[in-house]
Amino acid sequence: MNWSEFLAMGGYGLYVWGSYAAAALVLVFNVVSARGREKSVRRQLQDLARYGRASDE
Amino acid sequence: MGHGGGIAHIARLTALFQFLHKYASPRYFYGFAGRLIPWLAGLTALLLGWGLYQGLFVAPPDYQQGESVRIMFIHVPAAWMSMFVYMVLAGAGAVGLIWNLKLAEMTATACAPIGASFTFLALVTGSLWGKPMWGTWWAWDARLTSELILFFLYLGFMALQAAIDDTKRAARAGALLALVGVVNIPIIHFSVQWWNTLHQPASLSAINKIGAPAIHPSLLVPLLVMAVAFTVFFATVLLMRLRAEILHRERYTTWVTELVKP
Repeated sequence: MNWSEFLAMGGYGLYVWGSYAAAALVLVFNVVSARGREKSVRRQLQDLARYGRASDE
Repeated sequence: MGHGGGIAHIARLTALFQFLHKYASPRYFYGFAGRLIPWLAGLTALLLGWGLYQGLFVAPPDYQQGESVRIMFIHVPAAWMSMFVYMVLAGAGAVGLIWNLKLAEMTATACAPIGASFTFLALVTGSLWGKPMWGTWWAWDARLTSELILFFLYLGFMALQAAIDDTKRAARAGALLALVGVVNIPIIHFSVQWWNTLHQPASLSAINKIGAPAIHPSLLVPLLVMAVAFTVFFATVLLMRLRAEILHRERYTTWVTELVKP
């Protein structure tokens, strides 16, 4: 099997690869946003420890 | 039975509460989740690799849909997850309401953005599959519309919780909304049977004329592997979100203060 044939997906390349790209984006988004939430909570907690209150509460 | 049975029953209940008290305590669960996450992440990677290989290289093109059938390996697991995560969210919300279990309330909150993202993926890949197969990106039929409503239920849950400052009240209001929204799940599931729709009926439970499953094993294997991969992925990011949620909700406790000491 050659690669250009594989990428063409029998004429459905845009739809097939679009779907797999959307899935990749959703998976990456979930990991990045979960990590971001942890970071922002930790930042709030450090403010709480320093100033006795969280920054955006 | 009688007296002895009653005592045994109480002993069992006590053991259950001791178990819950230990494992469902936010402090214990924070550490437990932290130890579990790397293993779940590794398992997700293995399953995704296997599922992608099966789906893109091993599975043959469909005799009707050609190569576009490969969209199924993303679309169907994403749609299953959109409903499964909602049931976990609503179930956790109910447990939080009934037993006042903090960890369950946090689970419901942590589920919402993940479920919304899977619903979004099901809608987008459905659209990308619908265009070449049906000739349209979107139709207002029962399956598509009820799945869109599910997306708005997730967004509504998140908006409601964000709008209420008091954590306990936010958890209760969210759980009630989630429980009312459960009615949408059987509507999504049965929509392809109850109404005329463009959407094809379920492939997995369908049986063909000779009594064999209507979906060929070469398509079924990647479908199931991807479904398991998505489920383990969900568990991974759920635990990551839960850990952040625990730190937030327990921010005034000594153990959290000690943990994040600057």
